[in-house]
Amino acid sequence: MSEAPTPSAAAVVEIAHLYKSYRRGSQTLPVLQDISLNIMAGEFLALMGPSGSGKTTLLNLIAGLDRPDQGQLLVQGLDLTGLTEAQLADWRANNVGFVFQFYQLIPVLTGFENVELPLLLTNLSRRARREHVELVLELVGLSDRQHHYPAQLSGGQQQRVAIARALVTDPTLIAADEPTGDLDRQSAGEVLDLLSRLNQEFHKTIIIVTHDPEAAAHASHIRKLIKGQLLNDNNRQ
Amino acid sequence: MFKLIWRNTIRHPLRASLTVAGMAVAVLAFALLRTMVAAWYAGVEGASPTRLVTRNAISLIYPLPMAYLVKIQAVPGVEAVVYGNWFGGVYKDEKQFFPVFSVDPLRPYFAIYPEYLMPVDQKLAFFQDRRGAAAGRALANRYGWRLGDSIILKGNIYPGEWQFILRAIYTGAESTTDEGRFYFHWEYLNESLKKSADSRADQVSWFTIKVARPELAPQVAAAVDATFKNSLAETITETEKAFYLGFVSMTETILLAIQVVSWVVIGVILVVLANTMAMSARERLGEYAVLKTMGFKAPHLVVLILGESLLLAAAGGLVGLSLTFPAVFVFKSQLGQYFRVMPLTRETLTLGLVVALAVGLLAALFPAWRAARVSIAEALRKVG
Ligand SMILES: Nc1ncnc2c1ncn2[C@@H]1O[C@H](COP(=O)(O)OP(=O)(O)OP(=O)(O)O)[C@@H](O)[C@H]1O
Ligand SMILES: [Mg+2]
Repeated sequence: MSEAPTPSAAAVVEIAHLYKSYRRGSQTLPVLQDISLNIMAGEFLALMGPSGSGKTTLLNLIAGLDRPDQGQLLVQGLDLTGLTEAQLADWRANNVGFVFQFYQLIPVLTGFENVELPLLLTNLSRRARREHVELVLELVGLSDRQHHYPAQLSGGQQQRVAIARALVTDPTLIAADEPTGDLDRQSAGEVLDLLSRLNQEFHKTIIIVTHDPEAAAHASHIRKLIKGQLLNDNNRQ
Repeated sequence: MFKLIWRNTIRHPLRASLTVAGMAVAVLAFALLRTMVAAWYAGVEGASPTRLVTRNAISLIYPLPMAYLVKIQAVPGVEAVVYGNWFGGVYKDEKQFFPVFSVDPLRPYFAIYPEYLMPVDQKLAFFQDRRGAAAGRALANRYGWRLGDSIILKGNIYPGEWQFILRAIYTGAESTTDEGRFYFHWEYLNESLKKSADSRADQVSWFTIKVARPELAPQVAAAVDATFKNSLAETITETEKAFYLGFVSMTETILLAIQVVSWVVIGVILVVLANTMAMSARERLGEYAVLKTMGFKAPHLVVLILGESLLLAAAGGLVGLSLTFPAVFVFKSQLGQYFRVMPLTRETLTLGLVVALAVGLLAALFPAWRAARVSIAEALRKVG
């Protein structure tokens, strides 16, 4: 049922016949089965599906946070399955920005400092870092809150700081796992508008996992996962 | 990165300050206990390898006849021989204890103890006054004695009232030199004993022998003891160090216990700090996973945790060591009469700091290992 991998110059993510299972004691629990999926540059993909269907697992594989059991996983032509842990970490630092459901800001650091964190792994000067951080904070509309600690910000503001943090290294790919799952309608709307803008104005490739039809409506593509299998592609443009 | 270490450290101010306080108390206790042990051994440190002590083979409390002097002097390798008695004596009341010796002949006696420094005029005044006495600077300061003061000791080993005139105050050439002793003329003691027809006249507690070189010590010691073999009072001759160690060894088990306790204290604080670190690291596992998603690697996390642990340990160690100075001072003023010197040595301080840092390092090992190994996907599942 799944489409064949058609290597394309514009495909950022190329997945073919990907399998992932977890071992629980002696039992092996298959989570993803024979996933094949291409994500084009500039695509805004929403992964949907019931709880436990494997959405987070798939997102983690694409973002290089976990490893598949078998199958092909290329991001920008690079085979992630062939990288060591350290190489994978370096790759993540340069190519992926991750956004979490519960924001996951470091509570002892200010908004500014949280956004600056990923830049500490680069060899940018302090001044260059500051410029980058201010730029993305401006972009998410939080310039005036940069010296607030996470506890002093609303959920929506925290999530925007988290998006700024994911964005600050200018990654190819932004991966977000239920980014609006913990937000009220209004804040969720702001976050989704922001993601749309990043996609449309800055041509970022964005993958979000979501249960929220509202969120999915912002996406250019929607794919459904059920019991570890990807449903047929029904709204590819 | 450093900012994050620091902010993490003070994240729970109460927890951090309690840990630092615990660390400080432990290091303070460690340094104090070590200093007490060092105080016990201080006499040994001050011993000279060219001085031998000859005493009664049965025990130090049995005397030797003064007549041995000539025979010892005749042993090849012996440069000088002096002798002395342990006087005991009570000044004012029983609690005011300080060691009192009657020694002779005075000129060679202080010649073979070059670490006791006396101004020449005082030395002469002391030698020439039969009732003269010399006291260490610390002892004289304790009682506010001045030269020319009359000092009365009540005899306990040698009954009666004994009056002395302070003629000299000596200072120690080294930090380990005992400045708490009281010396007077053996002649004065002996004549009094003769007058009262005491059977203890013409007897001494020990002879001190000076040899030219440390290598001569074993053969001279053997020769002296051989001389008195099968005589009424057999002798044991040993180096001054061995002689002092003999005193210390009576309390060796106590000293060992003190040393063990000092390490136990460190062990306890290690467990406490390790627990604090494990607790903090467990709470932050999600944060470590998030850092990993950004591309931070195991070494970064190790630095974070180790840095925090070392910061806590160093802070506690420094506070503890700085408290050691006033603490030793208080000990000295309260227990000065029992501990002749209280050497708060650089080694003790360095050891205290090194031990504190080692505790910091060890306490961080397990949490750092766990954080380094944490699987991102699994840690994130727990925190969402
Ligand atoms: N580390 C793991 N160990 C064991 N089982 C796991 C592990 N991670 C995921 N699973 C299992 O894999 C399945 C898919 O999990 P996953 O988190 O990908 O689902 P999901 O679609 O994101 O669900 P949700 O909408 O609830 O977030 C679940 O049954 C889960 O229990
Ligand atoms: Mg999920």
